[in-house]
Amino acid sequence: MSSRDIRLTVNGKTVSVSVEPRRLLVDVLREQLGLTGTHVGCEHGVCGTCTVLRDGRSIRSCTTFAVQADGAEIRTVEGLADGPDLHPLQDAFWEKQSLQCGYCTPGMLMRCVEILERDLDPSPESVREQVASNLCRCTGYKNITEAVCAAAETMRASSGAHLGVSS
Amino acid sequence: MKPPAFDYAAPTQVAEVIDLLTAHADADPRVIAGGQSLVPLMNFRLAQPGVLIDLQHVSGLSDIRLTDDELVIGAMVRQSAAEESADVRAAAPLLVEALGYVAHLPIRNSGTIGGSIAHADPSAELPAAVLALDATMTTAGPRGERRIPAAEFFQGPFATALQPDEILTELRIPRRAGAHAFVEFARTHGSFAVVAVAVDIAVDDAGTVTRAAIALSGVGATAIRATATEDALVGTAPNAESIRSAVAATVAVLSPAGDVHGSSETKVDAARAYLRRGIELALDRAANRR
Repeated sequence: MSSRDIRLTVNGKTVSVSVEPRRLLVDVLREQLGLTGTHVGCEHGVCGTCTVLRDGRSIRSCTTFAVQADGAEIRTVEGLADGPDLHPLQDAFWEKQSLQCGYCTPGMLMRCVEILERDLDPSPESVREQVASNLCRCTGYKNITEAVCAAAETMRASSGAHLGVSS
Repeated sequence: MKPPAFDYAAPTQVAEVIDLLTAHADADPRVIAGGQSLVPLMNFRLAQPGVLIDLQHVSGLSDIRLTDDELVIGAMVRQSAAEESADVRAAAPLLVEALGYVAHLPIRNSGTIGGSIAHADPSAELPAAVLALDATMTTAGPRGERRIPAAEFFQGPFATALQPDEILTELRIPRRAGAHAFVEFARTHGSFAVVAVAVDIAVDDAGTVTRAAIALSGVGATAIRATATEDALVGTAPNAESIRSAVAATVAVLSPAGDVHGSSETKVDAARAYLRRGIELALDRAANRR
């Protein structure tokens, strides 16, 4: 039951961390790396608030053991802003009031970043279908969908300047 | 909750995996693929393996190969990678359509083709898809390789023909001309199927069904073939009435257990409706191709 040393590249910075095999990736991010932006909710992959990007694709960090992510590139909500400058998606969430309690927001943002990185001109219908992977119980999905489409417009206009965030 | 402590191994060769399964046979060893079923079970302490053997670094399990007569998908191919693969889209569009119903993309970005098949949830989509595709499962174990037809692979809820010291290594899908459909009734988008129907058929120029493979998830202890419906369709040019009666032949022998997602009667009604829809969709697609 000994700990293992793993290497993670988190938001562009490579770190070595010693983890028990039973430690979930979300708990290593929050408790060992101090990145408490990623929330932990249902612990069985349903709610999506723990969503992070692994090698550019969204995953549930509550149904991933940290040892399984050895060598992977992880992006969390902390990696979205560039210093004081919010990511266009974060700006759009602010402008469109796409959160109320904020519990789902870190996972929702990472899922929506993936949507935008796969398609910079998604239809509202497509966004609504795709964000069904993440539960929001306050505002519902209308304002979230509007924010994703607004962010897409901003990002298209700025000719992809924000697209390469640490990827 | 969090899982209790366990030992972890990350082998790189199939032979190492088999050795580890044998050496730790007394410690309830489990292999982990994408972990999208196993990690939740471990978080809830419903599964408490003493040793977890991670397959993600094992060489040779993550390839997709297309030959003249079959599509071979490594057990560790991620579900999202399979649905995006040009080879899979070309040779097994039924599998791609089924994958669209498997949970949501963040789950499919981790979940694997082989993991879902080996887990053998009776309400999961992929077992029905591979049954209808007449796929063969390749396994590796201390007694060598076995090739097991899908029809013999699924033996009960979460039970397969895999022995405790064997692993699933690949899925082989025969290439054959035809048309397909995968349709599903679920409580919400991304949920497990109440009823799912996979159809793979061939229709000749006169509109006669020359081959029919139809499978259901959600209404039995495993995914099952609708053989009575297949037999009724083959050799005929189906119309609305004959499809209804072909479907009735299967529905008559279904006795699914009722649960929180629906009574037995609801599931039988859903099976009747979705069998008909699946067959009609596949026939429409076949007609549009002629």
